[in-house]
Amino acid sequence: MRMDLIQPFINSADAVLAQGLESPISIENLSMEEEAYRRKGVAAEVFLTGEIEGRIIFDVDLGAAVQLASRLAGVEVSETDENLVREAVCELANQIIGNAITTLNDQGFHFHVRPPTLHTSEQGSKSSEDTEAVVMVFNTATGNVFMNVALRHHCPGTLERAAVAG
Amino acid sequence: MDKFAPVTRSEDGQPVRYLIVDDSVFARKNLARMVETFGGQVVGEAGDGVSAISEYERVKPDIVLMDITMPQMEGIEAAEKIVRDHPSARIVMVSSVGYQENIVAALQRGARHFVQKPVKPEVLYEVIKYVMRDDARGAGAGA
Repeated sequence: MRMDLIQPFINSADAVLAQGLESPISIENLSMEEEAYRRKGVAAEVFLTGEIEGRIIFDVDLGAAVQLASRLAGVEVSETDENLVREAVCELANQIIGNAITTLNDQGFHFHVRPPTLHTSEQGSKSSEDTEAVVMVFNTATGNVFMNVALRHHCPGTLERAAVAG
Repeated sequence: MDKFAPVTRSEDGQPVRYLIVDDSVFARKNLARMVETFGGQVVGEAGDGVSAISEYERVKPDIVLMDITMPQMEGIEAAEKIVRDHPSARIVMVSSVGYQENIVAALQRGARHFVQKPVKPEVLYEVIKYVMRDDARGAGAGA
């Protein structure tokens, strides 16, 4: 996978998490993954279509998600406030992915993003050769945040050729 | 959260009335909390562009805070439809997707300003003050 497509997501997650949690963030691990995605906690998924195509999953351990929701909401949120915790994860995903997309668009990549949806199944689809996933683990003061990015870039003209052929 | 001097309507000194449009309940709560610290009053909420248009007709807010990426109808299209029927509508786009094309499209279709998420209260406060100034009314693209 092209790292120039991934770097904006790393930068964005770093900035948004640091601002949201008001504490420093570090990347604990970065790895390539071909196996099917397994959900770890509260997860939100965003699909991209266009010149860059694929999906990004933003996954937060339940304990960390509750802490995140509390910090972001400015009030104490408990595990029983499931909707609020899920909404918080979706909104964080929206902000991180939105900021990365802003950078990529300003670099000349054109694509469309759909609103985040909750990723509720335990397991996602297996990555294919051209959508191998990069998994990043962000270590925050309140726990780990996982970002699983599986994207592919259509070379210029590919989409047009596909449209003509199709 | 920081203390802000209340922003009021210049014509009658009453609190600014807000319509908040975002598909995330969480984002709406956060924005509501922020504008209340500016002395504002949230008079309506909507989770998509279609509901935003009907809510605008119902509550006639002073300012609309409008997300862009939403189901059913996106924020830029909803803003365009609102401004077409209400040219003096003050719409501020609030979105994490802030690339240049998006901002230009929103401003060309009638939004007064753009604020990128995650929203910093001090940034939103300055934008609200700007769009509530009388000389900003009808200025179109804003700053």
